[in-house]
Amino acid sequence: MSETALRAAQTRFVADLEETPLATTDQVDESTPPGGLWLEAWRTLRRRPLFIISSVIILFLIVLALFPGLFATQDPTHCELQNSLLGSTSGHPFGFDVQGCDIYSRVVYGARASVSVGVLSTAITVLVGGVIGALAGFYGGWLDAVLARLTDIFFSVPLLLGAITCMQAFPDKTVWVVALVLAVFGWPQVARIMRGSVLSVRNAEYVTAATALGASRAKNLLRHVLPNAIAPVIVIATVSLGAFIGAEATLSFLGIGLNPATTVSWGGDINQAQNVLRSNPSVLLYPAAALSLTVLSFIMLGDAVREALDPKSRKR
Amino acid sequence: MTASTRVTRGLVAAAAAALLLTACSGNSSSSSSGGSGSNAAGKGIVTANSSEPQNPLIPSNTNEEGGTKIINSIFSGLVYYDAKGAPHNDLAESITPSDPTDYTITLKSGQKWSDGTAVTAKNFVDAWNYGALSTNAQLLSSFYAPIAGYDAVSATPPTAKTLSGLKVVDDTHFTVKLSRPQADFPLQLGYIAFFPLPDKAFTDIKAFGQNPVGDGPYMLKSPTAWQHNVKIDLVPNPKYTGPRKPQNGGLTLSFYQSQEAAYNDLLAGSLDVLDAVPPSALGTFQKDLGDRAVNQPAAIFQSFTIPEKLAHFSGAEGALRRQAISYAIDRPTITKAIFKGTRTPAKDFTSPTIAGYSGDLPGNTVLSYDPSKAKQLWAQADAMSPWSGTFTLAYNADGGHQEWVDAVANGLKNTLGIQAQGKPYPTFAALRKDVTDRTMTGAFRSGWQADYPGLYDFIQPLYYTKASSNDGDYSNPQLDKLIDEAAAAKTLNESNQLLNQAQATLFKDLPAIPLWYANISGGSSQNVSNVQVGWDSIPLFYAINKQ
Amino acid sequence: MAWYVGRRVLQMIPVFFGATLLVYALVFLLPGDPIAALGGNRPLAPGVAAQLRHQYHLDESFFQQYLTYLKGILTLDFGTSYSGRPVTEVMAQAFPVTIRLALLALLFEGVFGIGAGLIAGLRRGGVFDATLLVASLVVIAVPIFVIGFVVQIVFGVKLGWINPTVGPEASWGQLVVPALVLGSISFAYVLRLTRDSVTENLSADWVRTATAKGLSRRRVVSTHVLRNSLIPVVTFLGADLGALMAGAIVTEGIFNIPGVGHALYQAIIRGEGPTVVSIVTVLVVIYILTSLFVDLLYAVLDPRIRYV
Repeated sequence: MSETALRAAQTRFVADLEETPLATTDQVDESTPPGGLWLEAWRTLRRRPLFIISSVIILFLIVLALFPGLFATQDPTHCELQNSLLGSTSGHPFGFDVQGCDIYSRVVYGARASVSVGVLSTAITVLVGGVIGALAGFYGGWLDAVLARLTDIFFSVPLLLGAITCMQAFPDKTVWVVALVLAVFGWPQVARIMRGSVLSVRNAEYVTAATALGASRAKNLLRHVLPNAIAPVIVIATVSLGAFIGAEATLSFLGIGLNPATTVSWGGDINQAQNVLRSNPSVLLYPAAALSLTVLSFIMLGDAVREALDPKSRKR
Repeated sequence: MTASTRVTRGLVAAAAAALLLTACSGNSSSSSSGGSGSNAAGKGIVTANSSEPQNPLIPSNTNEEGGTKIINSIFSGLVYYDAKGAPHNDLAESITPSDPTDYTITLKSGQKWSDGTAVTAKNFVDAWNYGALSTNAQLLSSFYAPIAGYDAVSATPPTAKTLSGLKVVDDTHFTVKLSRPQADFPLQLGYIAFFPLPDKAFTDIKAFGQNPVGDGPYMLKSPTAWQHNVKIDLVPNPKYTGPRKPQNGGLTLSFYQSQEAAYNDLLAGSLDVLDAVPPSALGTFQKDLGDRAVNQPAAIFQSFTIPEKLAHFSGAEGALRRQAISYAIDRPTITKAIFKGTRTPAKDFTSPTIAGYSGDLPGNTVLSYDPSKAKQLWAQADAMSPWSGTFTLAYNADGGHQEWVDAVANGLKNTLGIQAQGKPYPTFAALRKDVTDRTMTGAFRSGWQADYPGLYDFIQPLYYTKASSNDGDYSNPQLDKLIDEAAAAKTLNESNQLLNQAQATLFKDLPAIPLWYANISGGSSQNVSNVQVGWDSIPLFYAINKQ
Repeated sequence: MAWYVGRRVLQMIPVFFGATLLVYALVFLLPGDPIAALGGNRPLAPGVAAQLRHQYHLDESFFQQYLTYLKGILTLDFGTSYSGRPVTEVMAQAFPVTIRLALLALLFEGVFGIGAGLIAGLRRGGVFDATLLVASLVVIAVPIFVIGFVVQIVFGVKLGWINPTVGPEASWGQLVVPALVLGSISFAYVLRLTRDSVTENLSADWVRTATAKGLSRRRVVSTHVLRNSLIPVVTFLGADLGALMAGAIVTEGIFNIPGVGHALYQAIIRGEGPTVVSIVTVLVVIYILTSLFVDLLYAVLDPRIRYV
């Protein structure tokens, strides 16, 4: 041990090796065989509690969205005004809302609207943003310039403001309409990330090699560039799925989201519960809790996936 | 302010229809005109809630509550209405009909604008001409329609600049000629459309609208007293000598964006008079405020209209279905559960605050809740032509209507066993467009807020064949005949009786399904007394005492 | 550097026009007839309606309307609302309030987000770190209107610590609690960003060198780790100002704050094209300017970045 280091250790100016991140950085994992990015990511993921918990919740939500009838026997749209704001009774664990609808079954049935808006808008943004970002990044030149400005234009209009304005134009607010509107103002983020990611792999050796071997540019983009550039997009897609669900609820909360007459949704129920917030907070509590839990699981999943796919943050 | 609909308050305060309103500490028994006694120490400045006027302060361009409260305080017309809606002369000495279409109006002499100039007959004639001319784009233009020559000035482009029916005789006399008899014309004269404007208004109407000179009980405290979106400060107008003399030291109207905030201020004592309780406090305000709370019907009638041309809703089948629907609506339960008792179930097509109202007109049992009768009538209609499809009830989502619409739809669903649901439009503008374009494919919410305290105003514009607000295109010659007779009646009393007879027809045909009268719900602080609510649910500010 | 700034400013121009055109088109497509709605249930006299339509250029084609509007903007005339108030006046009243709110929120998330993130990063894996991580996820997940309601009910109504709603003057003091609500989600992001960045930098070569040199931990953290860790955080904060102002619509609604969100919502409901477009345009410009500012700040903070 050098004299300097010794002195440092004695006076504790420098932390013990175990206390600094140096230990983890210096550690070399020689026991596991090398695998691809995806395999590696999966290995990391399946051991992360965050990932396991969020996946279980999300799987449950998907089942709930597909088969709500399995979990609730009451018709969420059958409401008797006489039951208005009654507390929980047998068969109605969460009690009744202002209209006398069973809150429990509305919470159960509300999952479908939230999950489908989230999935649909994410799918559209990934598709549109992914294609635009990939083209811009891969081909560059004037195409990049034009697409980048187009992206900027939509990116500069804040999601919520754009959606609020846009939603008014649609008389019948179905799940599709809401998903589409959210996607219109949500795709630029994906496009930017995709473009950056494509740019970073475009000049990788294997791409140059493929070009040298005579692969066409389009084939090159599909075969070599995209698979290696998609990871950051997957991360952002998972996180934005949660964000879109939150945005849908915000629109419904503002009274301009899903049509409350035809679609049972948590945001719509929260909106209706506002008026009785002071006297009956539980009417707002249940849908709000369901909504928060759903958004939370997608964000946790995104967080776990990000750490797994980003080798830099994979420390142990 | 014809629209109970138009007021779109804050985001959160999706308050129900724009209520005006207020309170009464104890002695709300309206001994009408101002000076009820105890003005000993009462010279404080009264603060009341309001909303930012949506237009410059020109009487003929004001049709919403925020502007109306101010205009009513700073201007006076020929007559004013007491708390019960009875007209009394304000600036007028007399309004004398020489025959059913001709009136001679005499002003009290010595009346002055707040800047000291005299109020003359010309001021009235000029103001009405200004309001009627289409190129001035005044929102209340249609109120001058009864006056002869209106067609010419309201055309695009106008073919005359002034109403031929108005003539100035001298400084204190002018004559009005109507194009047809109108029994309640003198009653209408208290409405703000018929207020005068001083000469100086016309030199720069834009500047005038920001800092008007009026002839009412109050005037603006300073040229910049109107702080947009914040408040307006009014002080007593020393030149006003009429019957509405202020009993307090001034009036400050604060423009709240949410009723929530206004209500909190009232509880905290920093607001004296509140005329709108936020939805979240509807259930508790009467307990919170005790005898300082006010909750009484206003001159606002709410209903939904089923267009005549809608499939299954015309002819004999339609009459049965309309009645079935009316019987299927549990008005008392809805007003209790949804509105916490701040609506009063409707008993007719007008409002209990209007002279001539009767709560037990023959035929109004159709407004009671009778599920078995409803089912039976619906089945009878089904026998004529089986029902299919969904009954929709359109509403504007920006006005706090979703709750009651859902409740009505659920009621129809549960009672009649049909599919029924609300159909939200994002804005009032979007709803009105489909209504006026006649592209509605179902029922739609409708309502009426009286402009002046007359039954005629609740009936003729809405149900007379091809009338301006007959949005359901209802037509019944028998009803038209009664309305015509009512318009030509010699006295208001006689006219009202004919209108109530006409309602018997409405109960049978149900062009609109009456729901309830909106209440004015509000309250006052401990610092004020003698708070009375007018027939139009605006508090009589001038009569309030403040310590 | 000057060249870079120039190029960025030039790029702003098409974005500015594109964004205004986009918003104008959206407003143009809004259903309903705002003029007819002015009359309430009693229709306006036809002559009056026609006159008003003409006055607000509603009788013109979309592109004519857009060009008229653009011409106005270039002379700083943003048009008038249907109530006859100049839109500039509406904005002059609303923007300062929202800017105050957004700056307070920014201050909160900056100070507390960076502070907590730094501690969490330095004690990575500890109880504090784990708690903050979970807490921040929860904050991110709970919709802002739920946070707002809970704060309003608990602190405003139940405990009475704050006034549940903000008055028309919207002073700095009144805006503190709404700003905490508005900034809560970004606070969570800043915290996580700082923490990740700090952990990453702790294992960087220069930190190792500095540590090896025998610098005190305090020095290492403050001069080497923190400064470098701030780069992504500052970027986030810069871009967040615009987002906070736009996102304030919900917070402003809950706390009755007379800001941009409220003005915008009212304008949308009333179908007032010029007001909606003007407000959104200003927000877009703020966004564009802050992102330019952030890019330049980058160069200052990170010596490795040089713009040519």
